[in-house]
Amino acid sequence: MQTQTSLSDIARKAMLDVLAAAPSRALAQLWDAWADKPEHSKVRGPEVGLVMVRGRAGGGGAPFNLGEATVSRASVRIVTGQVGHGYCLGRDLAKAEVIAVIDALWQRDVAPVEARIIAPLQALAAAGDQKSREESAATKVDFFTMVRGDN
Amino acid sequence: MYVAVKGGEAAIANAHALLADRRRGDRSVPALRLDQIVEQLGLAVDRAMGEGSLYDKELAALALLQARGDLIEAIFLVRAYRTTLPRFGYSNPIDTGSMLIERRISATFKDLPGGQLLGPTFDYTHRLLDPAIAGGEVPAPITREADVEQAPRVTDMLGRQGLMEPDGDTDPDREVGDLTREPLDFPLDRDLRLQALARGDEGFLLALGYSTQRGYGRSHPFVGEIRIGEVEVEFDVPELGFAVSLGRVRVTECQMVNQFKGSAKVPPQFTRGYGLVFGQAERKAMAMSLVDRALRAREFGEDVVAPAQDEEFVISHSDNVQATGFVEHLKLPHYVDFQAELDLIRRMRAEHDAADMKEAAE
Repeated sequence: MQTQTSLSDIARKAMLDVLAAAPSRALAQLWDAWADKPEHSKVRGPEVGLVMVRGRAGGGGAPFNLGEATVSRASVRIVTGQVGHGYCLGRDLAKAEVIAVIDALWQRDVAPVEARIIAPLQALAAAGDQKSREESAATKVDFFTMVRGDN
Repeated sequence: MYVAVKGGEAAIANAHALLADRRRGDRSVPALRLDQIVEQLGLAVDRAMGEGSLYDKELAALALLQARGDLIEAIFLVRAYRTTLPRFGYSNPIDTGSMLIERRISATFKDLPGGQLLGPTFDYTHRLLDPAIAGGEVPAPITREADVEQAPRVTDMLGRQGLMEPDGDTDPDREVGDLTREPLDFPLDRDLRLQALARGDEGFLLALGYSTQRGYGRSHPFVGEIRIGEVEVEFDVPELGFAVSLGRVRVTECQMVNQFKGSAKVPPQFTRGYGLVFGQAERKAMAMSLVDRALRAREFGEDVVAPAQDEEFVISHSDNVQATGFVEHLKLPHYVDFQAELDLIRRMRAEHDAADMKEAAE
């Protein structure tokens, strides 16, 4: 196990985080538009399994097991030799496999993946989060104190 | 006496066909789609996920449809499904402090950083049936510019002043209990109790929480904070050598603040109960936090005098799949057992009659 996470690991994690969070349909559309899809062989999966999700007592204390979630994962090797890994919540084998291929492509050449897949997904996610925040913000309570007439 | 139980096959098969027919109902009414259940019966889906202890909306929706809306049956189906899948591992603990908040309220502080966000709540509705809902047309929600202000956990705010019992130490080497792997062995540590409560029956926990309010193990609770929203699930991927996000899950967290505890060494502090549940499940999270606090009685040196404080009683009976299994098994054939009971009572009655006759003769 690495003790220090390298800069490229940080970038790769950020890319994989965006892919995992992406709605299946949006990811599939962007991937459909990708012209030169590399041939790939399956190293493992795609397969569905469980991850036990943990919480912390009191929010920040000792960990406990909250409950499981379904997770899909896949590992692939593209023709140029890079091995990619895909993980995402849910039972979506196609999505896990596409993530793995994109992960492998990213290792071969970062820029096109970032520009044509990650950036649009990030924008989509940001817009969705912003909409959710603004909808919640409209339900924020604006307390005001009544001026009493007796003094 | 041996009583053969055979010959039910045709009846069972036909009963299942009849069940399928009744589940589908009137064929002139369109069949429900899973996405309709996920979108429009979201809180039932959340409950099936929470008590089924498996986060997967489509699966929970399928379970609800298959169970004809019977929640405990749906939870049973979800639990059965999870046993068919391999376990990839354990996530890193979710961080509810960095939640994308949809609802966040505090009953203890009016003005708090991040404010009170009511979110999609039944609170303050008039509870009048609205036939217009069946029409389906609903305007888009109102939006307002969102604050950039962070929403710290209320318990952390009081904690910084030393007034609140801290979250507790975390020993990184300590193994986290998992009741899906090891049978429960009482007394339990709090991690196992919280796991059991998180998947426990909402009705049972609600009644126990209510009992503490009515005086059976009183703990003077206040809702420090309830927050609902999405959190990232991070998972250490061995082949990568670092953790990635698997996506986000919606959870409900309740911080219950309770009356004081102190000792010669520690000045009095508020104590706490904690609730954390999959999905939007506020009533369940509140009940869980009340029961969690009640079950900490031993830890605080309180007398265990009420049902809600009795760990073995609460945790042994909080699982509705176990409970329904044992209660409902009573309807299965018990012909042999009952035959033995019949023999016994006939013998007892014969002895009773013989004694009566003897008495009359004397």
